Amino acid sequence: MTNELDIFVGNTTLIDEDVYRLWLDGYSVNDAVGLRVRSGILEQTGATAGVLQSDTMDHYRTFHMLERLLHTPPKLLHQLVFQIPPSRQALLIERYYAFDEAFVREVLGKKLSKGTKKDLDDISTKTGVTLKSCRRQFDNFKRVFKVVEEMRGSLAGNIQQHFLLSDRLARDYAAVVFFANNRFETGKKKLQYLTFGDLAFCAELMIQNWTPGAVDSQVDDMDVDLDKEFLQDLKELKVLVADKDLLDLHKSLVCTALRGKLSVFPEMEANFKNLSRGLVNIASKLTHTKDVRDLFVDLVEKFIEPCRSDRWPLNDVRLFLNQYSASVHSLDGFRHQALWDRYMVTLRSCLLRMYHD
Amino acid sequence: MPGKLKVKIVAGRHLPVMDRASDLTDAFVEVKFGNTTFKTDVYNKSLNPQWNSEWFKFEVDDEDLQDEPLQITVLDHDTYSANDAIGKVYIDIDPLLYSEAATVISGWFPIYDTIHGIRGEINVVVKVDLFNDLNRFRQSSCGVKFFCTTSIPKCYQAVIIHGFVEELVVNEDPEYQWIDRIRTPRASNEARQRLISLMSGELQRKIGLKVLEMRGNAVVGYLQCFDLEGESGLVVRAIGTACTLDKLSSTAAFLPACNSPSKEMKEIPFNEDPNPNTHSSGPSTPLKNQTYSFSPSKSYSRQSSSSDTDLSLTPKTGMGSGSAGKEGGPFKALLRQQTQSALEQREFPFFTLTAFPPGFLVHVGGVVSARSVKLLDRIHNPDEPETRDAWWAEIRQEIKSHAKALGCHAVVGYSESTSICEEVCILSASGTAAVLNPRFLQDGTVEGCLEPRQEENLPAGCGFCHIPYDELNMPFPAHLTYCYSCRKQKVPDVLFTTIDLPTDATVIGKGCLIQARLCRLKKKAQAEANATAISNLLPFMEYEVHTQLMNKLKLKGMNALFGLRIQITVGENMLMGLASATGVYLTALPMPGGIQIAGKTPNDGSYEQHISHMQKKINDTIAKNKELYEINPPEIPEEIIGSPIPEPRQRSRLLRSQSESSDEVIELDLSHGKKDAFVLEIDDTDAMEDVHSLLTDVPPPSGFYSCNTEIMPGINNWTSEIQMFTSVRVSRLSNINLTNQTLNKNFNDLCENLLKSLYFKLRSMIPCCLCHVNFTVSLPEDELIQVTVTAVAITFDKHQAVQTTKTHVEKSLQRASTDNEELLQFPLELCTDSLASHPFSPAKEHLESASSNSGIPAAQRATSIDYSSFADRCNSWIELIKLKAQTIRRGSIKTTVSVEKASPLTEGHFRQRSAPACANSTVGVVKMTPLSFIPGAKITKYLGIINMFFIRETTSLREEGGVSGFLHAFIAEVFAMVRAHVAALGGNAVVSYIMKQCVFMENPNKNQAQCLINVSGDAVIFVRESELEIISAQQPVASCQPACSGGEIAT
Repeated sequence: MTNELDIFVGNTTLIDEDVYRLWLDGYSVNDAVGLRVRSGILEQTGATAGVLQSDTMDHYRTFHMLERLLHTPPKLLHQLVFQIPPSRQALLIERYYAFDEAFVREVLGKKLSKGTKKDLDDISTKTGVTLKSCRRQFDNFKRVFKVVEEMRGSLAGNIQQHFLLSDRLARDYAAVVFFANNRFETGKKKLQYLTFGDLAFCAELMIQNWTPGAVDSQVDDMDVDLDKEFLQDLKELKVLVADKDLLDLHKSLVCTALRGKLSVFPEMEANFKNLSRGLVNIASKLTHTKDVRDLFVDLVEKFIEPCRSDRWPLNDVRLFLNQYSASVHSLDGFRHQALWDRYMVTLRSCLLRMYHD
Repeated sequence: MPGKLKVKIVAGRHLPVMDRASDLTDAFVEVKFGNTTFKTDVYNKSLNPQWNSEWFKFEVDDEDLQDEPLQITVLDHDTYSANDAIGKVYIDIDPLLYSEAATVISGWFPIYDTIHGIRGEINVVVKVDLFNDLNRFRQSSCGVKFFCTTSIPKCYQAVIIHGFVEELVVNEDPEYQWIDRIRTPRASNEARQRLISLMSGELQRKIGLKVLEMRGNAVVGYLQCFDLEGESGLVVRAIGTACTLDKLSSTAAFLPACNSPSKEMKEIPFNEDPNPNTHSSGPSTPLKNQTYSFSPSKSYSRQSSSSDTDLSLTPKTGMGSGSAGKEGGPFKALLRQQTQSALEQREFPFFTLTAFPPGFLVHVGGVVSARSVKLLDRIHNPDEPETRDAWWAEIRQEIKSHAKALGCHAVVGYSESTSICEEVCILSASGTAAVLNPRFLQDGTVEGCLEPRQEENLPAGCGFCHIPYDELNMPFPAHLTYCYSCRKQKVPDVLFTTIDLPTDATVIGKGCLIQARLCRLKKKAQAEANATAISNLLPFMEYEVHTQLMNKLKLKGMNALFGLRIQITVGENMLMGLASATGVYLTALPMPGGIQIAGKTPNDGSYEQHISHMQKKINDTIAKNKELYEINPPEIPEEIIGSPIPEPRQRSRLLRSQSESSDEVIELDLSHGKKDAFVLEIDDTDAMEDVHSLLTDVPPPSGFYSCNTEIMPGINNWTSEIQMFTSVRVSRLSNINLTNQTLNKNFNDLCENLLKSLYFKLRSMIPCCLCHVNFTVSLPEDELIQVTVTAVAITFDKHQAVQTTKTHVEKSLQRASTDNEELLQFPLELCTDSLASHPFSPAKEHLESASSNSGIPAAQRATSIDYSSFADRCNSWIELIKLKAQTIRRGSIKTTVSVEKASPLTEGHFRQRSAPACANSTVGVVKMTPLSFIPGAKITKYLGIINMFFIRETTSLREEGGVSGFLHAFIAEVFAMVRAHVAALGGNAVVSYIMKQCVFMENPNKNQAQCLINVSGDAVIFVRESELEIISAQQPVASCQPACSGGEIAT
């Protein structure tokens, strides 16, 4: 005797959080049943394997039907077929759009295209995230990207409005979209130590300060692209390293202020010109798309690695960067104070965040 | 021209993409009622069109208003080819036809297509302007209220319960018409949906007419069913109980039901002997005199002649038992005589109710049932459905005579059902034979209702168990003892009923769901031979089902079954029997004896050992169950009770009435002989199997209880979380050479596993109880068994549950908000009295002088004088009088009127209040429950009956997730459509919800499946009790509204 048909429909749709997680993680029904058995649920409830199988199937079917709605979360709120309490709706959406750290680090900054999708197999093997789950996460990125790509206004706000995500998750998605759009390289070996949190933090600052919306919220408030004009202007900063007097003056100002305050003062003094050149050159090259992509690589190579090799403590890095950007205001010959601040405020925070092992 | 129907199409949303090229849709809407059609403009290129149409107006007869559904079709405009239909919405406008229900239907409806399911939503507003029609010979019955609820709806009180109404209409099934060969499945499905909608409208109207004829204003316990007879046609039939209902003053409904439950518990007993002060304070009103001597002759004459003078005397019968205290033999005889007279005039003294106003049910005899096997033939003339009528009439006659044999004049908890396979049809009817209190059955007994407690001096909670039949002339051998509660009357050793546990019944411990499951193989046969084979099997099945029930009941250590429902299903090669009931331990009945096993071959030592082992197991189970269900009756020494009454000992007797057609009617014999032990003889492997199967039923996991009645006996502290669900399983029997045993085992496993699954699924709700568990079995194909379960899980508070073994007082509380309302009327009206004593109520002033704290009861009596004097004057216009009397009654009790007036206002308050609460989710929550109430909440308004029929078909079964995916989606859609209709009526819940039919057919080879679902229920507005407190705080403000509206109400 076999059950040809076996369903359970509640007036309030039953959502089992554990099964939902298994489903999101891409397990097949049988695997999920196996995992549930191992969790000891049978002993707790006195159920049989058959009951568990039927229950799991049922939940999977429900999730499958809900998936279509989850693709456009506002639809989940307005639809009439599944009666789900608002808190549960939020949970469904939030979990559906949640992603694995390991996975997101693999695709962050990659083009969300068919080509990348083909690589999901490898990513799955590498990260241990099931292919099914990889696909869902990738499709989520792509879907969100497509919806907000051309939209005006706050990127995170748009995401939140169209996908009803929590504030935190919406900001993470904003970072994913921002990275994907600007194609920042994040996969290099020397960047591996950076967490998604680090990169998302940087992305948020860049969105706040380096996009057209940052200066003028009236026109063309686009959060996805970097402000072209700003990048163009950054060339002007070059004078800080090109003009030898200016460079020396800058150095002496920083050294005077920091003498006795840094444990790595001699190293700093010795390296100042290199570091300054590195930071300014990064700025002046950002007009080239290629260099924009390599922004994080350059930051690590030109600043973080030298400091790290000299064993600068984080606090010294902070003191140095503060003094380094502040001292520019005392350089009388330098006229681009606002530009410098726009660049340096963001960069300083990014570097500090990225400065760890 | 009695009605104008107005429809406005506002907008659509989430429409499907109909034009692949643009990924958009050019939608417009056709609105059709009867033969008139209107169209909206085409809204180009949008999936969320905003039509904002004008008001489409249909001028129609009210007959059509009742019969026809409003049909809304959403289409995609196509310039070059035919317009594509997106889907339809059928709206039953019946709820708009009576004044107290909904006034407007407005909201988002799912657009439904029988092939694609729900495809977006449409926002519609519907209104009806009704013109009063004074034509007495009209064909419509607008204004008659329908309720699926099988008890008196919560915000009403029953003035009169008139009795049984039934009707059936037949038609050709569109699926079997010749045209079906050439039309699309969609067209065929839609024709069917529309026809059934029409037929049920017509049926409801016809029943309404009967109710009006009986001078009722409502049908309670309305149950409508479809028989898909295939080639021979489509039958839509309905039964119900006609009543005259009176809306309870809304203030009562708004008062928090139990601010302090403990206090109220204490108050109830006081109400049974009303405060004497109240009586003596107003001697000016003659009717106050309560000490009437009983005058049977008078009341009898009242029944036979409807002379007007008697009308004024009727209250007497209501308070008849001045001599009460003990329910002596002569009294019983009188009562019976009286009831008899009340019921005599009725063709069928049946009541579809399962719960009754307090005092209505006097005695319960036992279950009566009748079945008959019929061969279907084509219905030749749909306008004269005589054969079907005759079939049912026959069965009802049987039921009536069985009830009579049990010494009962009425049948309560009555229901009818059919099972059809090919051309064979089993008609079944069952109910509970009972003796009723005539008070509610007569005209003009308003007073009796207002003072419901006068005569309840009977020992509480055991009266209904007392045998109604003469013990010297028993209809069947039963084992009688003196009642364990009152020790005065005789009671049987077990009691089976189809009704809910009466609120005043005293039980010990908790109840539990008990099921008997049975399969019998049958040879495949044609026509007559088949029918004969089935009718030969039926009595054996009935007997075995009954034995199983009895065994399981004993195994649980209980002595009574409530809500018994035996379903016999016929298939090609087998018959299935499934009986469900809720077992309880009634204090009034004797303690059940154990089960004793007797072996056949006592010589064999090992065998004997085996037997004793089994015996031990059974004894252990009984002991365990007693502990589980907290059954610990006080030990009563045998001497007090007296020795059992000697009786003829017959193992069993089947009362079989045979008509020469293949009819088979069996009266279940409740006696199983010996008192102490119930002997199971194990004489062959069959019996062994039976014993084993008895022991395989696993009790629900701890924290879970289940029952198939409205509420679980022994649990009364429900919390507000409810979850209604439907679960369907279809199993294929794999064995080719099936035997009865394997079949039984398979079926048993199927049901047990299903229950286990439910317990598992709902484990997060523990502690909770599955209530109203309703199993239906069908045999869609040769080797397929389909089991459908609908039930509701309700959580309860475990901590309070400990004290559940308390008395009936507590129990009557949980159930009887009608009770509460009645109780509350007095204190309430007293407090509103002071408010109402403003210049607007001059009629009251003379009363007020006389009234100190008893002002209102006086007022009520005063009105009844008015009533009778009116009756005296114009006796030839009885109907007119009744109408007027009602007007006056309402008009003169100003407080009541003012409160009624105030109610919409408060409701408005509430709705405004509740709106922001669910603002973050745009779809309001609609609760669904098969129960007649919502725990922790008060139903404030009934908005009308929901009765919907859907067909869903697919030709891409695999793509839709196979049979499970298909049916899962469909049932979810059905729920959604029910909820949408309720929400559009302004409601937030469906009570007494029932899925009456779920016919599922598949053809996996062709990748096809089809399913028909029929659901019904009552749309209501409920208010949480916690919110009620706030509202009642606003109440004084609300009731200050001028009370000058007596005339407005009295139309």
